[in-house]
Amino acid sequence: MRDMIKMVVVLTVLSAASGGLLAALKDGTKDAIENQVLQNEKAPALHAIFLNVSNDPVEDRFKVMDGDVERTVFIGKYDGEPKAVAFDSSGSGYGGDIGVIVGVNIEKDELIGVAVTTHKETPGLGARAKTDKTFIAQFKGNAIPDEYAVKADGGNVDVLSGATITSRGVAQAVTRAGRIYERIKPEILENLKK
Amino acid sequence: MAKSISQEFVKGLWDEIPPFRLVLGLCPALAVTTTMKNGVGMGLATTFVLVCSNLLVSLMRNIIPSKVRIACFIIIIATFVIVTELVMQAYAYTLFQNLGIFIPLIVVNCVVLGRSEAFASKNSVLPSLADGMGIGLGFTIALGLLGAVRELIGNGTITVINEIQVFGPSFEPFEFMVAPPGAFVALGLMLCIMNIIGKK
Repeated sequence: MRDMIKMVVVLTVLSAASGGLLAALKDGTKDAIENQVLQNEKAPALHAIFLNVSNDPVEDRFKVMDGDVERTVFIGKYDGEPKAVAFDSSGSGYGGDIGVIVGVNIEKDELIGVAVTTHKETPGLGARAKTDKTFIAQFKGNAIPDEYAVKADGGNVDVLSGATITSRGVAQAVTRAGRIYERIKPEILENLKK
Repeated sequence: MAKSISQEFVKGLWDEIPPFRLVLGLCPALAVTTTMKNGVGMGLATTFVLVCSNLLVSLMRNIIPSKVRIACFIIIIATFVIVTELVMQAYAYTLFQNLGIFIPLIVVNCVVLGRSEAFASKNSVLPSLADGMGIGLGFTIALGLLGAVRELIGNGTITVINEIQVFGPSFEPFEFMVAPPGAFVALGLMLCIMNIIGKK
């Protein structure tokens, strides 16, 4: 019996101490990690979406509340005027969630570009969604919000050959982005006025 | 058990160098050694976990009930692995991306658990620290070496901090060596060389 109690006590204390330490560390490194993700993953994608912007979209960002989810919105300024925004969306791919950044022209409510950021798709097949220019270019210039679906599902998106599920995931992410945009647009406009 | 502290340290570098002599910890040794930098990075991450967990296990060796010792070791190891992961993510993001899933997998690296069970739980703090550092350094050297060989043949480069072209532009890389089967071949050849040298 004493053995039993000792086991329980030691394990509990050890787990609690470890949990506490990790929570503190996670909190301490949160900003640094967020910064690294922005620099290493978001920055190249934003660069691909916002061509010829006059500002640094990573610097000019703000957070808006979408229901109870916090979303980061990046601003693209052309000749000093904020004309476009970009934000994250995601869809389910073959190997997990596909993270997508979607850029929207706020004057015309039009997609200006889509770029895949984080994914766990198969190298050489689904992973091409990140690099294949023609696949990504399909979304450009379309009105938002709109429904996107791959051709196999009766939609209008050409799939990457051998990667239907990935393509479906990206289409889903863009569709979701449209809905997100509808919800957060008032907040975006308010923020841009400031 | 009459070994001195320096002997405990040195044994990890040759007599018990993990992937070559103990043939332990092969999963990361084979998977991440596509470049020298990745190998060394993985080795250093493992060393950190190994030293910290050896220290803590050794300190707590009289408190931990023997029936739940493995669970306790895993909690200690997992804690330090997550510490490594967070710190690496915050300050060495590209390395973190390259090593990917293999950082969390240090938790189940049998070198780390093996040293806790076989050494740190039976020895006092100083020898345990020396053992952790020795084995960790040995692991780092082994992974660095494996990475260097594979990268040199498979890609014609050596990555210390930046990529250095060794063979020049006319070199036709033998890509097989950076692919997974190449890891087995490289490891096999290393073991072979170790055995030839070590043969009495």
